[in-house]
Amino acid sequence: MNEYILQVKNLKTWFKLDTGTLKAVDDVTFSLKRNETIGIIGESGCGKSVTAHSILRTVQNPGKVLGGEILYDDGNGPVDLVGYKPDSREMRKLRGREISMIFQEPMASLAPVYTIGAQMMEAVMVHQDKKDKKAAKDACMEMLRAVGMPDPEQKFNTYPHQMSGGQCQRAMIALAMVNRPKILIADEPTTALDVTVQAQITDLMKHFQKEYNMSIIYITHDMGVIAEMADAIAVMYLGRVVESGSVKEIFKNPLHPYTRGLLKSMPVLGNKTGEKLNAIEGNVPVPLDPPAECGFCSRCPNRTPECGAGIPSLKEVQPGHLVRCFHV
Amino acid sequence: MRKYILKRFIYMIVLLAVMSVFAFVVIQLPPGDYLTSYIASLQQQMGEVDESVVLNLRRQYGLDRPMWQQYFLWMRNMFQGDFGQSFQWRQPVKTLIATRMPMTIVLSVITLLFAYAVAVPTGIYSARHQYSVGDYVASILGFIGLATPSFFLALILMYYSNRYLGLSVGGFYSPEFQNAPWSFARLWDLCKHLPIPVIVIGLASMANVIRILRATLLDELKRPYVVAARARGLKENKMIYKYPVRVALNPIISSIGSILPSIVSGATVTAIVLDIPTVGSLLYNALLSQDMYLAGACVIMLTAITIVGTFISDILLVVVDPRIRLQ
Amino acid sequence: MALFKKKKADVSMEEAMYMETQAQLIWRKFKKHKLAMAGMIILIVLYVVGFFSEFFATQDIAKRSTTAISMAPTKIHFVDAEGNFSLQPFVYGLKQEEDPVTWRKYYVEDTTQKYPLRFFYHGDPYKLLGFIPGDIHFFGTPQPDVFFPFGTDLSGRDLYSRVLSALRISLTTGLVGVFFTFILGCLFGGISGFYGGIADTVIQRVIEFLMSMPSIPLWMALAAAFPTTWSSLQTYFAITIILSLIGWTSLARVVRGKLLELRNEDFVTAARVAGASDGYIITKHLLPSFSSYLIVNVTLAIPGMILSETSLSFLGIGLTPPIVSLGVLLQDAQSINTVSMYPWMMIPGLFVVIAVLAFNFVGDGLRDAADPYK
Repeated sequence: MNEYILQVKNLKTWFKLDTGTLKAVDDVTFSLKRNETIGIIGESGCGKSVTAHSILRTVQNPGKVLGGEILYDDGNGPVDLVGYKPDSREMRKLRGREISMIFQEPMASLAPVYTIGAQMMEAVMVHQDKKDKKAAKDACMEMLRAVGMPDPEQKFNTYPHQMSGGQCQRAMIALAMVNRPKILIADEPTTALDVTVQAQITDLMKHFQKEYNMSIIYITHDMGVIAEMADAIAVMYLGRVVESGSVKEIFKNPLHPYTRGLLKSMPVLGNKTGEKLNAIEGNVPVPLDPPAECGFCSRCPNRTPECGAGIPSLKEVQPGHLVRCFHV
Repeated sequence: MRKYILKRFIYMIVLLAVMSVFAFVVIQLPPGDYLTSYIASLQQQMGEVDESVVLNLRRQYGLDRPMWQQYFLWMRNMFQGDFGQSFQWRQPVKTLIATRMPMTIVLSVITLLFAYAVAVPTGIYSARHQYSVGDYVASILGFIGLATPSFFLALILMYYSNRYLGLSVGGFYSPEFQNAPWSFARLWDLCKHLPIPVIVIGLASMANVIRILRATLLDELKRPYVVAARARGLKENKMIYKYPVRVALNPIISSIGSILPSIVSGATVTAIVLDIPTVGSLLYNALLSQDMYLAGACVIMLTAITIVGTFISDILLVVVDPRIRLQ
Repeated sequence: MALFKKKKADVSMEEAMYMETQAQLIWRKFKKHKLAMAGMIILIVLYVVGFFSEFFATQDIAKRSTTAISMAPTKIHFVDAEGNFSLQPFVYGLKQEEDPVTWRKYYVEDTTQKYPLRFFYHGDPYKLLGFIPGDIHFFGTPQPDVFFPFGTDLSGRDLYSRVLSALRISLTTGLVGVFFTFILGCLFGGISGFYGGIADTVIQRVIEFLMSMPSIPLWMALAAAFPTTWSSLQTYFAITIILSLIGWTSLARVVRGKLLELRNEDFVTAARVAGASDGYIITKHLLPSFSSYLIVNVTLAIPGMILSETSLSFLGIGLTPPIVSLGVLLQDAQSINTVSMYPWMMIPGLFVVIAVLAFNFVGDGLRDAADPYK
């Protein structure tokens, strides 16, 4: 069986705006192995969330997936998700059942006018071939217990605004996991939570990964979480993957100037106080009608005229380690 | 929830009481009082009126007592069903209002339902297909509805429906059905007469509701819970109605409390122009002829409709929004 | 986005952009809004024409013609009966004819009498704004009884001149009314929002009370209470005050809402900690933060006033002749007979719609332009 459950190749998702074309995702390539976690890391605005939505085909107008392949292989051969229409039956069957997603703001991601239980039941029953309320309820309760929700019977009938942030996040995970998906996309799930809850949530996700043989795409800007959770990394900048490889390799031997800048900028426990933090100079530009050049060249310390003349392609410089740079 | 309903109910009673004071002030505003006009008309009929008769009448109507006593006397009479006399029509005010009250309520309610029945789907469509042709058309119609005074619209519609459709306009019924007993034919005649007033009164409110709904829904459609619901594999259309529309309905329901007064207001002007017998047109005539007991009673009735309506919409909101229900 | 333009813009221009005042930023965004700009131009035209209505009119508003009663709008010609084209437009005189069946007399164009129309002619004398004498009119002909761009009413008065005069009254009523609304709204909203507590609760209840009342019946009742002995000017002000007495509630709510929001903002706390007094905080910090909302709300309140005044005057309990407002003019168009036989009598209503639409567009444009998050 193919060792990759998901392969994204040269994905392009562009937004046609009045002010120009926003190339949010412009040639994203990465691969997710079964039972593994890939961390997608990058600053805000680099296209991480749009990538996640592109995989699920939930990108809204004026955005459109315009090219590339999203090869999903559940064991019966790869299927290109780009070939499906967003609101097609095939995609809807995948969403919430084979590929699930959890989001950054837990309470805002739950509808305020329905109870947790009602939303969970709906998530189960919409994917049932034969409607069975009792089976659905059992599955929901089991999952609520599995995520460690205190007092699950009572929480089943509560509304989101009556729960804390951590409980809402558990509820959201329960919602995503209730149909035992094969891929979980986590879009910055712990950014809005405090650190102790963050640890609990990441532990929970690792537990589910082992328990249900699940693969995880973990989107974040926090290198620390990546180091803990991920087996592989894809570093994104301005809509493109600029470096990818195993987590050990990337941390040990970062090749792309951006990745090096990211790793250098992490404050290290034990550093002398009074030392300046190493920030990457400049700001992330908005990819609106971007010129054909290496996206990072405006901030790169190793910039040469060649960098402004064309887009470098993603090259495998070592087995499993790909970099997009003219100077590597 | 029960406490909330009780609070709103008490508040409604208080409002009605304050309104009654205001209505009483309205009665007293014009110079002279009820009796001066009544006596004048008596004198017209019977020649000289004896001084003692005048004094007796004064005492009978309590007009020799201080203002606040007069108010309570008036209120007490009202609770016993005596709303005073209209000397313009020479009938008890109660009869006059009772004949018009049902249709006034019916007209307001039907207009409310119509306005929302059209506005809600249009608002949803406008929000989901922002900047489309349909959206622009709805916006333009909405603007026209907002900008056109209802009486002007009434005139235009009256003109066109008379000229091109040959409908007999004005009033609730054609002359032949005016006093006829109830029958299907009469009901049908009523239905033929209702569209123009309902459209005229409802258009401005409709435009308002569309605006509110469109803006609210546009906001809600971008919210994380919509994104999350879509990512769970729900069918798009069904999901839109079940989640963001459902949430956007809350401000719509609470808007009933402010739309209803403007409907009653618009109904008053429209009824005057289209010569429809409602409490509003009765009020107009009463004010013009300084028939003050009638005017005061009309004011109370009209505001009662809005106050009760607002109360009902408060209850609806509580039923519909769990965030309020569980406080 | 500007970062991607290869040619760097003039540095001084960029710097200038950072230092623009709030007003300049709003104006720049407002200009992009086509509908709002159109609305603004329309409003400027309406106000100028209304303000100098005597100058723009073709004749005195009270002048009655005995020959041109209930005339349809005069047709302006460029080509005469013989087919001669003239750059200067002209109108024909009237001659009376009799219907052979009904013996009713009616007027028809007399192609033998040609009256050219020109700019700045000497016509009926007037007192501009009530005290500046003059007799130059903007466009028309000095010949009486022939040029009626909007037709005439039942008394033979020129509707066009009356509409212009009515514009002045109707449009300024809106402004005056909104001025009182603004004061009341800021006052009560300010107290409510800034001090909170019992004052807030009481004011809130009053606002809820006023907002749940149907306005027209209440206005009717109040307006009907005026003694008929009052002068036109007194009734004018009384009407505007009544309109604002009930209309201040929505502005008060906005002011209160914004104040509650801003009261807890960090920059207010910072100012207070630095020792600023309440008054200083209100004027220097809070007011500028929501002055744009105030302006939007006030702009959007004006059309409401105009509509209300028009409705009341139409019903005969607002402004009354001899004051001429658009609502008063529409009184003549009340019956369906008038409307079907003399449809031009409804033209004042058209102006109401245009003015209200223009205000709404401008208000919407201002609201979008002032929103810092768009």
